[in-house]
Amino acid sequence: MALFTFDTAHKPRQAWASMAVLLALLLAFPFVASQFGNSWVRIIDIALLYIMLALGLNIVVGFAGLLDLGYIAFFAVGAYLTGLLASPQFAALLESLINYHPELQDAIVATFGEEVRSNGIHLSVWAVVPLAAIVAALFGALLGAPTLKLRGDYLAIVTLGFGEIIRIFMNNLNDPINFTNGPQGINLIDPIRVFGLSLAGEPGSRATVFIGGYGMPSVNAYYFLFLLLCIATIFMTGRLQHSRLGRAWVAIREDEIAAKAMGINTRNVKLLAFSMGASFGGVAGAMFASFQGFVSPESFSLTESISVLAMVVLGGIGHIPGVVLGGVLLAALPEVLRHVVEPAQQALFGKVVIDAEVLRQLLYGLAMVLVMLYRPAGLWPSPVKEDRPLAATAKDEEAENA
Amino acid sequence: MSQVLLNISGVNKRFGGLQALTGVGIRIEKGQVYGLIGPNGAGKTTFFNVITGLYQPDSGSFELAGQPYSPSAPHAVAKAGIARTFQNIRLFGEMTALENVMVGRHVRTRQGVFGAIFRHRAARAEEAAIRVRAQELLDFVGIGQFAQRTARFLSYGDQRRLEIARALATDPVLLALDEPAAGMNATEKVALRELLVKIRDAGVTILLIEHDVKLMMGLCDRISVLEYGKLIAEGLPAEIQKNQAVIEAYLGSGGGH
Amino acid sequence: METFVQQILNGLVLGSMYALIALGYTMVYGVLNLINFAHGDVLMIGAMVGFSILKLLDGVFPGLPGGVQLAIAIVGAIPVTMLVNVLIERVAYRRLRNAPRLAPLITAIGVSILLQTFAMMIWGRSPLPFPQLLSSEPVMLGGAVISRTQVLLLALAALAMVALVFLVEKTRMGRAMRAVAENPRVAGLMGVDSNRVIVATFAIGAALAAVAGVMWGANYASIQFAMGTLPGMKAFCAAVLGGIGNIYGAMIGGIVLGIIESLGAGYIGDLTGGFLGSHYQDIFAFIVLILVLTVRPSGIMGERVADRA
Repeated sequence: MALFTFDTAHKPRQAWASMAVLLALLLAFPFVASQFGNSWVRIIDIALLYIMLALGLNIVVGFAGLLDLGYIAFFAVGAYLTGLLASPQFAALLESLINYHPELQDAIVATFGEEVRSNGIHLSVWAVVPLAAIVAALFGALLGAPTLKLRGDYLAIVTLGFGEIIRIFMNNLNDPINFTNGPQGINLIDPIRVFGLSLAGEPGSRATVFIGGYGMPSVNAYYFLFLLLCIATIFMTGRLQHSRLGRAWVAIREDEIAAKAMGINTRNVKLLAFSMGASFGGVAGAMFASFQGFVSPESFSLTESISVLAMVVLGGIGHIPGVVLGGVLLAALPEVLRHVVEPAQQALFGKVVIDAEVLRQLLYGLAMVLVMLYRPAGLWPSPVKEDRPLAATAKDEEAENA
Repeated sequence: MSQVLLNISGVNKRFGGLQALTGVGIRIEKGQVYGLIGPNGAGKTTFFNVITGLYQPDSGSFELAGQPYSPSAPHAVAKAGIARTFQNIRLFGEMTALENVMVGRHVRTRQGVFGAIFRHRAARAEEAAIRVRAQELLDFVGIGQFAQRTARFLSYGDQRRLEIARALATDPVLLALDEPAAGMNATEKVALRELLVKIRDAGVTILLIEHDVKLMMGLCDRISVLEYGKLIAEGLPAEIQKNQAVIEAYLGSGGGH
Repeated sequence: METFVQQILNGLVLGSMYALIALGYTMVYGVLNLINFAHGDVLMIGAMVGFSILKLLDGVFPGLPGGVQLAIAIVGAIPVTMLVNVLIERVAYRRLRNAPRLAPLITAIGVSILLQTFAMMIWGRSPLPFPQLLSSEPVMLGGAVISRTQVLLLALAALAMVALVFLVEKTRMGRAMRAVAENPRVAGLMGVDSNRVIVATFAIGAALAAVAGVMWGANYASIQFAMGTLPGMKAFCAAVLGGIGNIYGAMIGGIVLGIIESLGAGYIGDLTGGFLGSHYQDIFAFIVLILVLTVRPSGIMGERVADRA
């Protein structure tokens, strides 16, 4: 590990070189993996989204120390907003308005045009993503507001409650007005279209995207987009961490009373943590909806909130590289294992003793328990500055007396 | 005729069945070092907490530099110009010494999310200024060489200094110190005294809770004495030393001197 | 639309189960300041073990009266849940007694996942049909209907709560528990072994959860590896409602929450003009929690938490 570093402050040449190597590997990956079919790249695509979620949650849990157990709600908000505004769902919503507020229905059709009635709204990705970020941020502040005065464990349960409440609403807001289409979820969500190019490929191209004369599978195209977004998320959360705001968050985490005494408006700063964290979740949700083409409430349950938390905890709470590592391990590893372990068991025992789903749960559960017991700062925690205090102080005293 | 910096009167505070403070007031002039003493449990820290907004008083009037201020929220009090340290040191343990002091600059600076992400010129300038000032303050209190050390690894005396540096970073007009000399040996106390004089000479008024009588007598311009939540004496150190009520409070009645 | 009395009765049944589970949460919180997030899954284990016992009984001693079978199932489930809960305390929580409060909570979440995983491995992922052992002839109670299973449930819950009160108020162990719940250090100075008390607390909570688990299965006729999470969280809300750390609070909070949920599900349609329906039942517990924590954090009967300064 000594050769590979990201410390741009102290070892700039090595750090930039490491990052260049890593980038090259990351860019080459899909072309290599495509040789083995689309599934590997698809797995990494989803993993990249979960890494974004983990980084967003890291702002709330890692920087500010607020244990949010309902974080997936913001993922859901972004996804469902996309579902509503980039699919035929809005038409269904309009239809359901007939019984309730026909005047409202007429007003909307008048504003948006007749096709809304049959096609729904299809906003472009350039509109949907910022909207997802903003609406999710609003929800973040909304859900965070009642928790501001609560101590740690109560805050966790209340946020869990909010996560559940959002899921229940998503599951049931189809009657009388059809916002979310209930348990069936929303289908036919538009894929992402940038500069006239659809990342799902044109119909008839067998999910192949053509840039210039060159064609690549759709999952590869999404890979590059999500990789870009992930890098942007790492960049932004890194900048947030090393700023006046980031310091305020850590101050609140370390000692809220002292933070207040030093002039930090903890209420506003905490709300900002919730909002900023939520906005990343919302963008990831929008990407998820477009990538999958459908959303349903079962993707947004407590299990998912806990999964994202597990990534943050396993990797290194508050330490961005650690969180990315945690995300990679917990998002990709179970899938990798599934491809390895199940055939291995078939070969050895003639049947699958532990299936992939069980394995995945085992990994998550063990990760959280073992990490908290034996390495509470995570697998890759922030480096501590000079953690040999006695040796260092003696040295300093010598220097003073010299 | 010096200006009155802090003018507080009529503070009452009750916790359930206990009347912690009864009609307590204080009047500090600009540039003074003002002491607050009293036996354990007299209500000194409670009074501090009321002044700095950690506790809500049942009644009282509060004036800083001639303007009324509302001690309803600690961060507002810091903004108004009162900074404090704590009896049991409350540093941000996982941050470096420098970062701790940089947090102190929060209340006098403005950059938010936009500045954090985009680091435009104004944001970079502000951040650099914060860093410079923080290092200056660390040097001022004498621990400049530990700027990059994680705070919880500093020695006890250095941690106390760090807390003072952090409080000074808020550019206070009044620095309220809660037992800054607790746990210090004689040498450290001498160094602390010098630091406090340095701070006063730099123009910051000081309000000080302490138990070390010698330190207080030599340092303070005026002293108030609390016992069971009430003011029992106020005046020059020499007067306080001879005050019968004060002597009884500390030694019990019937004790000689 | 069921009558008001019917809904109160339903609420009472639901609330009794919440009360039994809430007692486990509240007792552990009282002595350790810790939310045993995995407690709902202990309930699930109780239900699963009870299920297996009933299956066994059916094979080995067919024809036993339903009540006896249920009794055996409960008596058999209790030692298992006790063991599980005590193990959890020993392995996962003991080491973290002095860690920042979030650490044991995260560990607890991990334990919850592990318990569910083991249940998945042993009993499978699909819902299992819990045998209906008591006669399905309902009991009429002033215009409302209640099943015999539910009557048994109420009786068992009442019995368990009375037994617990007796234990806590009249026995030596109960006194020790109250002492540790108030001030563990001083209790230690008085010769109370707080570790033993804590183990006993976990064990008793688990026993109550076993009763609740088996009766939950009997009442709803279906059990599954994930059945414990939501009731667990709701029971915690009930414990907070009643006053965390206070066993009378847990009992009252459980019953009140059950009634609120039942009435709420029944009337929410009317209250919101048809916009929200009874599917929204699950949100009441959390709304109650938020209201309690905002308006009266110490709960109905006042909290009793250890002075761990």
